[in-house]
Amino acid sequence: MSEGLRNRAVVVGVGESDIGKVPNMTGLGLNAQAAKRALDDAGLKPSDIDGLLTAYSFTEPYFMLGSVLAEYLGLKPTFCASVIVGGASPAAMIGHAAAAIAAGRCRAVLICAGENRATGLSRDEAVTALAAVGHPYFEAPYGAFIPALYAMVANRYMHEYGTTSEQMAAVAVQSRKHAMLHPNAHMRTPISVDDVLNAKRIADPLGVLDCCLISDAGGAIVVAHPDLARDRPKAPAWLLGVGEHHTHEHLIASPSLTEFGAIESGRLAYAMAGLGPKEIDFAELYDCFSIVPIIEAEELGLCDRGEGGALFAGGHAAFNGRLPINTHGGMLSHAHAGAAGGLFGVIEAVRQLRGECSNRQVSKHEVALVHSEGGIMSSHCTLILGRDRN
Amino acid sequence: MSGSDLPMPASNADSAPYWQAAREGKLVLQQCAACGLKRFLPRHLCPTCWSDQTQWVEACGRGTVHAVTTVRRAPSQAFREKVPYVVALVDLEEGPRMLTNIVGPNAEQARIGQPVEVTFEVRENGVVPQFRIAGGNAK
Repeated sequence: MSEGLRNRAVVVGVGESDIGKVPNMTGLGLNAQAAKRALDDAGLKPSDIDGLLTAYSFTEPYFMLGSVLAEYLGLKPTFCASVIVGGASPAAMIGHAAAAIAAGRCRAVLICAGENRATGLSRDEAVTALAAVGHPYFEAPYGAFIPALYAMVANRYMHEYGTTSEQMAAVAVQSRKHAMLHPNAHMRTPISVDDVLNAKRIADPLGVLDCCLISDAGGAIVVAHPDLARDRPKAPAWLLGVGEHHTHEHLIASPSLTEFGAIESGRLAYAMAGLGPKEIDFAELYDCFSIVPIIEAEELGLCDRGEGGALFAGGHAAFNGRLPINTHGGMLSHAHAGAAGGLFGVIEAVRQLRGECSNRQVSKHEVALVHSEGGIMSSHCTLILGRDRN
Repeated sequence: MSGSDLPMPASNADSAPYWQAAREGKLVLQQCAACGLKRFLPRHLCPTCWSDQTQWVEACGRGTVHAVTTVRRAPSQAFREKVPYVVALVDLEEGPRMLTNIVGPNAEQARIGQPVEVTFEVRENGVVPQFRIAGGNAK
């Protein structure tokens, strides 16, 4: 594995929209608000942006969303696309942006994602839209919507490795504790393991507090050529490694319910970065359901197989623990709105690397791992970001 | 789960023989004529060797539960009256994995490793294969 994109691009700005229930804004408006904040953070003007990537929107399902967003923002980029690999899109977009920058096609790529999922859809519409991720002919007609599909992953994982509902609940509790330290998080009321275990059941073993939020939220980051990092107001975050692995889309076709694509995406990202799991100071892991970061921590080598549950239940994933995870509260407590959910993990990693997270700042913040995952453990993308080049 | 008012999957050029067989009370799979792999989901070519020579063969209808969940919150109006209902991944004796409901009065007792057998559920515009715990006489 060559060094590939190592040190070829930097994140120079990050921004979050208002988050939660924001009924006075459209999804595109949330993207624009986040973009404006990201450019302010980067000390860049709109005319400095020559690339634009976005993902998808259930609430505003435009056919050419990238072009629509460019139009809305008044940008005329020379590099523009909608990247749709589900929740893996945010990390994948950073890989695409870095590749375009390294190839000389553009110098500053704005990456945006966001939807008004909380107020732009009725609750039934939101659940129905998510049901569409199941196979239209061979999964959805059996009432197998996303929580049911992840519930079966949890069921099999618990069977194979002894992961418990209490350990999964600890993931949700830890996320909430972190969200309570984040001024912009959607959910900041404390919860206990018992609260998670006794919450309304969705699909066994998952209750409603094992499931990510439905938020109005937008996120944005600016990925740029390293030359542009010099005159910025804030320190850049260096892209050290990126890796993807896409093993299936529908759970029926998954090669396994206990081994997923994070193993290979992580291997590729580590190899590009020239680093290993022991060098990771903290991680932001995709957490659409409480079982997922447990599996990801194991597959990415952050703990041994079968030990992910204990990592969370033992408090080691706290911002002041041995391996801080989801220090903003993740999608379980900070926000989830389509591809913005995973983008907030990148934004948090950049802020932690800069050391600007005050009451939730991790003590060691040189190397971060961000993992996003889409579909039903289908599409995986791992990023390794550094405070310094490597 | 009584299925009459549930959505019937659309048939298409890849899957038409599958749905036609279900109407006749048969569970069928595609088999690659080149490498012999029996597969599910239906598709134009073999995902292993890319041969486009395919035949449809009848499955024995027996399998085991690989993973299972009981759904307690419905994804849509159509399933609202059905909760709680059981969704499972079933490994057929022939190898392929399918997604199904476990139906019958004892469906919620289904566990990983449970032997199950195919049954057929009539919906408004067709028939869908379903599975029930094997050995009972549950309809």
